[in-house]
Amino acid sequence: MTNLMIWPILIPLLTGVVLLLAPKRVLFQRVLSSIAGVALIVLNIFILLSIHQDGILTLELGGWNPPFGIVLVGDMLAALLITATSIVSLPILLFSIYTIGKEREQFYFYAFYQFLITGVIGAFLTGDLFNLFVFFEVMLISSYILIVHGGTKKQLRESFKYVLVNVISSAFFVVGVAYLYAVTGTLNIAHLSERINSLDSPAPILTVIAVLFLIVFGLKGALFPLYFWLPASYTAPPFAIAAIFGALLTKVGIYSIFRTYSMIFTHDIGFTHQLLSILAALTMVIGIIGAIAHQDVKKILVYNVIVAVGFVLFGVSTMTEAGFIGAIYYVLHDMVIKGALFLLIGAMVIVAGTSHLKEMGGLIKHHPRMGWMFFTATMALVGVPPLSGFVGKLMLIQGGIEAGQYGIIAVMMVTSLLILYSMIRIFLKGFYGQIKLLKADQYGSSKGLLLPCAFLITVSALMGLGAESLYPFVESAAKTLLNPEIYIDAVLKE
Amino acid sequence: MEIIMSILAGVLFMGGTYLVLSKNMIRIIIGTSIISHGAHVLLLTMAGLKTGAPPLLGLDASTYTDPLPQALILTAIVISFGVTSFFLVLGYRTYKVTGTDNTERMRGTDSYD
Repeated sequence: MTNLMIWPILIPLLTGVVLLLAPKRVLFQRVLSSIAGVALIVLNIFILLSIHQDGILTLELGGWNPPFGIVLVGDMLAALLITATSIVSLPILLFSIYTIGKEREQFYFYAFYQFLITGVIGAFLTGDLFNLFVFFEVMLISSYILIVHGGTKKQLRESFKYVLVNVISSAFFVVGVAYLYAVTGTLNIAHLSERINSLDSPAPILTVIAVLFLIVFGLKGALFPLYFWLPASYTAPPFAIAAIFGALLTKVGIYSIFRTYSMIFTHDIGFTHQLLSILAALTMVIGIIGAIAHQDVKKILVYNVIVAVGFVLFGVSTMTEAGFIGAIYYVLHDMVIKGALFLLIGAMVIVAGTSHLKEMGGLIKHHPRMGWMFFTATMALVGVPPLSGFVGKLMLIQGGIEAGQYGIIAVMMVTSLLILYSMIRIFLKGFYGQIKLLKADQYGSSKGLLLPCAFLITVSALMGLGAESLYPFVESAAKTLLNPEIYIDAVLKE
Repeated sequence: MEIIMSILAGVLFMGGTYLVLSKNMIRIIIGTSIISHGAHVLLLTMAGLKTGAPPLLGLDASTYTDPLPQALILTAIVISFGVTSFFLVLGYRTYKVTGTDNTERMRGTDSYD
């Protein structure tokens, strides 16, 4: 029965392996990937419901008892995130079927897409810090390949920087693991949490290690001083790939900070979490400055990814239940809505033939559905009720008030308004305004492009309307993070 | 022994950092490889080096070397080997397409960048 937890990792992994065997059969690749995507959604929802009913599920790999062996842990946070991952990855896959192009399809695109999902889901499920590193690498190596896939000049140039940044941060990850193992003698997350929280006077080196991990995960998650690689890298690959990166990759970094900073490094909250909240605020500010400054629709959206990182990590830094609930709601919302926006911007650039705002205009005349979907997605991103962004932001603000972080709440509110400005500019200039395209180009086809976007926007609306029924899930996830004993008891079975 | 190994790790990090900061692509790649080696040496050192016995052979062994760091370092080495080889191919391809191995000259010519 407990073998259930391995399947979300095995399904994409096995699918990827099978896809490697028949690279030229494009139809087969498309169908198999889609079937795997649907199966993953069904399985993950089943896991989510079982965890809701029976509490945390664990799987001891190889039959080794924790803390000696590696253990997969499905707590509520992990279950919510893998469910969101599978729900987001299917429409992006459908979008890529229409847009990615035959050459890329024949060169293992779908296989590496599956491996990327394997890495992301594995990172969410693992209960061991070194295993987290391994799944990070699975995800990163797939992302290296996807980002350079196609080999255009811009992609090559940007991937070189992307790979360099990530290789260095992986080395730091190993260094962090080495220090942590030397100090605590374990790498199992539950065991680490137990050992560090039972210390009467934790050594200052633990704070150093906490900051080292913040650097490592901050590099992956695009936290303030470490975000510099993101805007250029995410605009280089085709939209489908940029969408999966924007929706999932930074979230894995955020999740890791969430997990370590709520369960492991809670010995010196005054320093580490204060640092995290300041960095989160700076991330919001820097992100929104970039989003306003740029005229290129891709760049505007990519800088909005950075802003969202700030929002979620601010919730993590509050260490209150409301703040955690807000952070979880917001991260789920952001996965869905960033996926939708990347796809919509992709569709928009495909029909307009340019990504610069000054060169597009009046698209709504021939693409009304696309225009209004973009408008809805923007409203969801900003947090207009009843769409999905609202609950998350409300709870984040509530958590911030409980923690007394009034200054950062003010930054967050102003940033939210400016997000509205940065995105509505695309709507006003791109969809309204003078028609700038030549007559022949005006009827550019958006066939097949809008269905995946519509799916994601529906999910976002359901998340907003059904926030009440989602609440018990999110609340139980936040409770587990705030009371690591629940997690420790489930893993170590004491 | 641990002190010497720690210093060695430091030297490897120093050399790697110096190489990564240069402009030549191949030097950068070798630099990342050396930094990974530094991290691996550190990982091995951190668990304590010589205890005078092989890794755990039975429950009643009085002294043994901790096997976990060795398992970790093996995994890390394999990953770093794979990534380095990919990075080398990427560097070569970038050189072929952009016509330069100098990162300064790789700067973008795309519009709106």
